[in-house]
Amino acid sequence: MSLTMFASTGKPTASRASFGKALLEIADQFPQMVVVDADLSKSTKTIDFQKQHPHRHIQLGIQEGNMVTMAAGMASMGQIPFIASFGCFLIGRFEQIRMSIGYSNANVKLVGTHVGIGIGPDGYSQMALEDISCLRTLANITIIQPGDHRETVQAVRWAAEHNGPVYLRLTRQNLPQFHSDDYQFQIGKADVIKSGKDVAILATGGTIEPAMAAVALLAERGIDAELVNFHSIRPLDEDYLVSASARFGHLVTVEDHSIFGGLGGAVAEVLCEKAPAKLLRLGMQTYGESGEPEDLYQKYGFTGEAIAAKTATLLGK
Amino acid sequence: MTNSRLEKKELVEKIRQYRIDIIEMLHRAGSGHPGGSLSAIDLIASLYHYEMQHRPNEPLWPGRDRFVLSKGHGVPAQYAVMAGMGYFPKEELKQLRQINARLQGHPSDQFLPGIEASTGSLGMGLSFAMGCALSAKLQGESQRVYCLMGDGEIQEGQVWEAALSAPKFKLDNLVAIIDYNKGQIDGPTNEVMNLEPLMDKWRAFNWHCIAIDGHNLDQIEQAFQEARLTQSKPTLILAHTVKGKGVSFMEGVIDWHGAAPNADETAKALQELKG
Repeated sequence: MSLTMFASTGKPTASRASFGKALLEIADQFPQMVVVDADLSKSTKTIDFQKQHPHRHIQLGIQEGNMVTMAAGMASMGQIPFIASFGCFLIGRFEQIRMSIGYSNANVKLVGTHVGIGIGPDGYSQMALEDISCLRTLANITIIQPGDHRETVQAVRWAAEHNGPVYLRLTRQNLPQFHSDDYQFQIGKADVIKSGKDVAILATGGTIEPAMAAVALLAERGIDAELVNFHSIRPLDEDYLVSASARFGHLVTVEDHSIFGGLGGAVAEVLCEKAPAKLLRLGMQTYGESGEPEDLYQKYGFTGEAIAAKTATLLGK
Repeated sequence: MTNSRLEKKELVEKIRQYRIDIIEMLHRAGSGHPGGSLSAIDLIASLYHYEMQHRPNEPLWPGRDRFVLSKGHGVPAQYAVMAGMGYFPKEELKQLRQINARLQGHPSDQFLPGIEASTGSLGMGLSFAMGCALSAKLQGESQRVYCLMGDGEIQEGQVWEAALSAPKFKLDNLVAIIDYNKGQIDGPTNEVMNLEPLMDKWRAFNWHCIAIDGHNLDQIEQAFQEARLTQSKPTLILAHTVKGKGVSFMEGVIDWHGAAPNADETAKALQELKG
């Protein structure tokens, strides 16, 4: 795929790995921070924190429900718990999140890794595909899906500084590095990777890479697409959406997540109420399955070709 | 204890008044849970009056011991004690379950300072309490943490996750109490879902276990004392209680789990309680 218009600024890294590194970076700055795992520390990449700060790491075994509520208790004592598991296993404990984290506005950081079909061979049971939808119903939980290494590190730091519940949505697979050294993560602010004139493509996390390919392909067809990294699902950059609606009249969302209530749903709500435009929601509309990540992205339409073709159709071209 | 200690007979008198408060507030609210409030009141009053370090005029004092009412439907009992100790004016008890009231139908930390955890969705309180106890240990603090659960409540799986994990962290600052009143909404607890042998289960999970009469103030006080002396293990107090305790026609009657007394029933109950 043609990515030449998007220069790499560093080594591709899985955002779960960036999270693991970020924890080490901020450990001294936030002595109240503790990390809690449910038997997945090697996968969530908290293992290095565990080794360096064993007294600040809690291994709870396979008890995600207990972990969520326990973390709320720890937060009530002034600690800052980061609780990590696969996104689907965390959000599967929705009742605990609803009562202990959401309703109580607990200062707990939920870290869900292995999101989307991008995890590949493990199949649907391990794929978080509904996590954004579920958490969007709890109005006070910040939802962030960082797009590359530099952004993830800053998002983790922001989460530690922010007093309130945060969900970090992280990938198993590597993400290309596209932010430069001087990039500043801004919560709730759409991150325009490339400006354009004809249509806005809004991507998040693992779909940014195929969206880059789509933008390059569209350029070959004379369509100048704007590419935006929507790292903040809540707060959502409504100002950007209103502006994009006026400028383009056409928007596309691409997410490795259910379009029902996900980024696409969130964008649709804002556009319908504030600035109607033609919207195409690309993402999952069914359950996932096993397969190599690339094959799954091919099958479910997360490729430059598929995104470009559907975007062109939306524009009537 | 930061409050001057009551004589035992004074506490008995306080608790008699708390039972009156519970009946009156539930009657006024027109809904709520008398059975489990009356079974728990001796335990809750003993905690607040005798056992816990706390400051009614400074509910968020960081050094306070934590009390988590996991069986949130029993909150009228907690409100009665909190009002009695000066957390808020007793007059406010009249607002139980009313719109814009701080006294929510189930405990909410978002509405009333002094409520540690929002509960009512059963089975979560012990996890929260365990988090408090663990953080106290990690931070080198001396707070103790108390969690009161219902017997029906411990049918929830999450309780057993917490039961399994608290001993791993040697949380001897954690005391779980089961209000074993033998009844839940759909019937006798051990018919709905048998819990026995209950002490054996908690012992097998490495808890220090004490069985008491949950209406005997001496036994309650001794159990808390024994828990304080227990090292490296959390303590489980299995408090045998009577649902609806103190009101003859409510005692042991399942239907009083979640029904408020009408005017006649209230008058009859108050006549009994006021002697």
